[in-house]
Amino acid sequence: MSILRDEDKDRIQGFCSIFPEKRSALLMILHYLQDNYSYVSDEIILELSEVLNIPATEMHNTFQFYTMLKKKKQGKYVIEVCATLSCSLMGSDHIIDYLENRLGIKSGETTQDGKFTLLKVECLGNCGKAPVMQINGKFYEELNENKIDKILKEIEDND
Amino acid sequence: MTEKIIMKYEDKKDLYTLSGYESTGGYDALKKAIDMKKDEIVEEVKRSTLRGRGGAGFATGLKWSFVPKDSGRPVYLCCNADESEPGTFKDKWIIWNNPHLLIEGILISSYALSVKHAFIYIRGEFREGSEILNKAIEEAQNKNYLGKNILGRNIDIEITVYRGAGAYVCGEETGLLESLEGKRGWPRIRPPFPATKGLYQSPTIINNVETLANIPYIILNGAVRFASIGTPNNGGTKLFCVSGRVNRPGVYELPLGTNLREIIENYAAGVKDGKKIKAVIPGGSSTPVLKFDEIDIPMDFDSLIKAGSALGSGGIIVLDEDTSMVRSLYNLSRFYAHESCGQCTPCREGTIWIMKILRRIYKGDGKPEDLDLLLDICSNIKFKTVCPFGDAAVIPVESFITKFRTEFEEAIKKTIIIPRQ
Ligand SMILES: Cc1cc2nc3c(=O)[nH]c(=O)nc-3n(C[C@H](O)[C@H](O)[C@H](O)COP(=O)(O)O)c2cc1C
Ligand code: SF4
Ligand code: FES
Repeated sequence: MSILRDEDKDRIQGFCSIFPEKRSALLMILHYLQDNYSYVSDEIILELSEVLNIPATEMHNTFQFYTMLKKKKQGKYVIEVCATLSCSLMGSDHIIDYLENRLGIKSGETTQDGKFTLLKVECLGNCGKAPVMQINGKFYEELNENKIDKILKEIEDND
Repeated sequence: MTEKIIMKYEDKKDLYTLSGYESTGGYDALKKAIDMKKDEIVEEVKRSTLRGRGGAGFATGLKWSFVPKDSGRPVYLCCNADESEPGTFKDKWIIWNNPHLLIEGILISSYALSVKHAFIYIRGEFREGSEILNKAIEEAQNKNYLGKNILGRNIDIEITVYRGAGAYVCGEETGLLESLEGKRGWPRIRPPFPATKGLYQSPTIINNVETLANIPYIILNGAVRFASIGTPNNGGTKLFCVSGRVNRPGVYELPLGTNLREIIENYAAGVKDGKKIKAVIPGGSSTPVLKFDEIDIPMDFDSLIKAGSALGSGGIIVLDEDTSMVRSLYNLSRFYAHESCGQCTPCREGTIWIMKILRRIYKGDGKPEDLDLLLDICSNIKFKTVCPFGDAAVIPVESFITKFRTEFEEAIKKTIIIPRQ
């Protein structure tokens, strides 16, 4: 049974055709699949390894190397707070504490209702706006408790 | 006011659009370049004294001249937009605010190096940035600045934006190449160097975003004018990123050789809450820390080496008098332990040991022999690894402990309390 739909397969072929060697398309494909399925399951990895002609164990090794690629279902909103030096100097520890309290989870966990996943991550390349976080890939900058309340409320209201 | 190259039109709101960019003279350099001989462009870049802005400061024109002319294989250009060195956020400014400048730089460089397919390897977290670049590429394509038969001149160049997926080591140029080939980003053993055997074993040039964004200016205004900005053999401006405990953190474009204290005090508006500077990391987390009395120095590649540090990526991190050096180093050690790719044993194991020892010092469980143990682990990593990551991971440890040893000793003796910041 194939998990990938026909349109996925078309997209995958499209990505492959961009490169002189089709394996190059791998990260593009994985980003695309993760965007559509929230995570990349073992079954998808196995199917991909056939499409791209890459041995399954090698596929796993490659997949596991990249921290942005997720093997487990993530919350609908993935909150990633930078914990590296420039953000830490501007209080990222407090930001993480505050979010843990607000959401009732520890970093690394997902809320019961499946809405939020909270993650501590390394430097996001936006240190001038510290402390920073991303939610589903969008930057939120110069954070404080008030701002976080507003951001979370906006998400709740629009959800 | 000295001349700016990259951020000259920073107040122009529509600079990121093609029409906005064109109204500032955008793509004029490309039009000029395609009337020049390819070798002439390489020579001009050599004469400009442009040095790589990604961290190592290697002469760009010289690097370009290593590409063999007769390999019979396609030549590739990879723009390094991984921007993963902690404290660095300048390429983000270019990508978000002046994407066409980068694209024009890539096109001119590609033409000069006979590249038909160029890649922008952008860190996965810059999702928005990759969308901005793709939009700009589409706009440029519609005006025939890129694609097939560029400006009717029988030149074909395509640009593909490739998103990484969260791995610092993919900023290292051979880790980048592996990742771009769809593999895990394990750096390659050199030689061979990418200029002869890079992407798909073909000649490949890897250049940083900021490096390539300087190319249009050099073509349009000439190498002499470019070299006249900055200091000898350190031509041009630099995008300095100031972060940490300052009043006005941000990206400041200033001539290479601008005084470090002046950047912090005049441009970043000094330290927060009127506090004093304790230490400054001058060029991203992998460059040796400077003490408060060592920062009256010109920020260029050669001066920083002379001062026992490095210009690196230009990521200036300011630590104030209240900042704990122990806590800061523990924070950085966690970064390196997390980001080691695991290929070489000394780096994989060593970075984890370093982090664990620093954690116990930070938590108040340090032992008197720990500092020497840390330095010993460092000497077992240094120069014993496949890529410069190992050396980079050691640099903060050695420089922090050497320059602030008393503070570490006090933490071990528990005579100080480390604030959580
Ligand atoms: C661990 C490590 C991380 C690096 N990260 C980056 C990066 O994020 N961006 C970058 O341009 N160069 C980075 N570099 C430097 C690249 O290896 C390479 O020297 C550079 O991209 C060359 O371009 P340039 O000559 O224009 O500076 C890194 C190097 C190392 C060892
Ligand atoms: S030095 Fe570290 S990051 Fe570089 S190849 Fe070796 S293990 Fe990987
Ligand atoms: S340290 Fe947080 S974005 Fe760089």
